[in-house]
Amino acid sequence: MTLQNTPIQSLTVLPGTNRIGDPENFNEISIHPGDTISIVGPTGSGKTAFINDIEVFAQGDTVTRRKILVNGSEPSEDLIRDPAKKPIAMITQSTKCLADLTVEKFLSMHLRARKLENNGILDAAIDLTNQFTGEKISGCMRMSSLSGGQTRSLFVADAVIISDAPIILLDEVENAGIFKNRVIETLREKKKAIIFVTHDPYVALLTEKRIVMKGGAVEKILTPGGEEQTALAQIAKMDADMMVLRERIRSGELLSAVTGAGI
Amino acid sequence: MNVRLIAIAGPPSAGKTAVVKQIIHNLGTAKVAYLKIDVVQAWEDEELATEFGIPTKKVYSGDMCPDHMGIMVIRDALLWAEELGAEYLLYESAGLCLRCTPYTTNSLGLCVLSAVSGTHAPLKMAPLIALADVAVVTKIDLVSQAEKEVFREGIHQSAPGIDIIETNAVQGTSMRYLMQIIKQMKPAESEKDTLRGVPPLGVCTVCIGKKETGWQEHFGVIRPLAVPDNLYRGE
Ligand SMILES: Nc1nc2c(ncn2[C@@H]2O[C@H](COP(=O)(O)OP(=O)(O)OP(=O)(O)O)[C@@H](O)[C@H]2O)c(=O)[nH]1
Ligand SMILES: Nc1ncnc2c1ncn2[C@@H]1O[C@H](COP(=O)(O)OP(=O)(O)OP(=O)(O)O)[C@@H](O)[C@H]1O
Ligand SMILES: [Mg+2]
Ligand SMILES: [Mg+2]
Ligand SMILES: [Zn+2]
Ligand SMILES: [Zn+2]
Repeated sequence: MTLQNTPIQSLTVLPGTNRIGDPENFNEISIHPGDTISIVGPTGSGKTAFINDIEVFAQGDTVTRRKILVNGSEPSEDLIRDPAKKPIAMITQSTKCLADLTVEKFLSMHLRARKLENNGILDAAIDLTNQFTGEKISGCMRMSSLSGGQTRSLFVADAVIISDAPIILLDEVENAGIFKNRVIETLREKKKAIIFVTHDPYVALLTEKRIVMKGGAVEKILTPGGEEQTALAQIAKMDADMMVLRERIRSGELLSAVTGAGI
Repeated sequence: MNVRLIAIAGPPSAGKTAVVKQIIHNLGTAKVAYLKIDVVQAWEDEELATEFGIPTKKVYSGDMCPDHMGIMVIRDALLWAEELGAEYLLYESAGLCLRCTPYTTNSLGLCVLSAVSGTHAPLKMAPLIALADVAVVTKIDLVSQAEKEVFREGIHQSAPGIDIIETNAVQGTSMRYLMQIIKQMKPAESEKDTLRGVPPLGVCTVCIGKKETGWQEHFGVIRPLAVPDNLYRGE
């Protein structure tokens, strides 16, 4: 069977067990192209483990015992093992890259792993990185010398431009101080299915579906529909205000009182 | 003979024992015997005997290259495993020399590499990887996906066609692919099996215990800094 040429219509998460071994309380979670989902929950509740299961196409062989189906059945071996065919790109929580290479060499090796020609793709990835990060990077910098935020920005750009996968998993994108709005905009433009692990109310409310984790298991699945529109508008405003503040502090300003509007 | 030999090599702390544990877990304890060769210290034999109740053995190589020691004892070890009724002998090498390799013609050669060891690591261990059947990349839980894919590309530069299995060896992720390969293995032929590669010509007088520095003090294979190739000097 040649599944590798079949586009991804759906990805299904089947339940596993929580930290103490009890079965999870859902039938299945389906993910389709263009979906936006956030994963929320306390520290240590299993958010990273959940997206990890998706990235490795778990077949009951991870701590959570979950299973992942592609288009309704067990994914074919090359879909899982050949990076050139892998429909998923994940940006992990870690903000360090250990590869002892320059940015340019790293990206060109990744291009080769994904069996792509470099028709300007490499420069496009660096350009996109620089839209996400305050301090610009260049191709001749060493991967291991990039800051946490620069590394994360590069990995997001790499996922969009080089992996160009239909499903993108992001673990706490807001944490590294990168321009998260620009990241979210870019991913939306590209019509990716996006799964955010997040502690950020704005990111959480931007997504259509919200999965709440507890004790290693999926606790709740929320589909707010229009219900949260008012809250979202308010949070968007607060977030924009925070963004302005953050940039003013970053650029070295002293701030006077910041209460109320018009910060 | 009904024993299959799985030779597991790789640098220190790469995750060889973690992979061994996953293999034992999947094969079932009834069928497995384990041999560890290390230079001066190793605990795996006791650890695995306690955890799985399987027969284990350990050999210290001391002054000898551990892979050379492995080659000396492997025929006896296969007979030992056969007498015990084991179907698989898991042989974990100390993996220090990185130039010698422990893989024999009828074994399954596993080269264990850690994803956190840097992109050039595979190139530095070319013989260890090129003569193996499968490269098992561990600790993928500690790197990002892009870095994992770049590491894989580095392995393919050393050994273009090699089968690569990426795993979190503590959890056993994706071990099913390794198990498929193990299930298709042929038994060893203890007297006929030979090494796959030619080990380096290790006959210099450092090998036999002379401690002086500088080629001027030695015989056999020698090397002045300014000469591009090894020279041979008879006594
Ligand atoms: N996070 C993580 N840790 C791992 C993984 N594989 C191994 N480790 C850890 O790495 C350490 C070394 O693993 P071992 O299996 O003992 O390595 P080894 O190659 O047998 O080491 P030596 O025999 O001493 O050369 C242990 O603490 C393991 O738990 C992995 O895939 N992920
Ligand atoms: N269902 C489960 N069964 C057993 N262990 C689990 C389960 N889910 C998660 N764990 C383990 O619990 C630990 C914490 O999980 P994880 O890293 O996913 O938390 P997190 O929600 O991402 O936390 P943080 O917000 O701090 O990043 C990990 O070691 C993970 O392997
Ligand atoms: Mg996490
Ligand atoms: Mg070991
Ligand atoms: Zn050696
Ligand atoms: Zn010598």
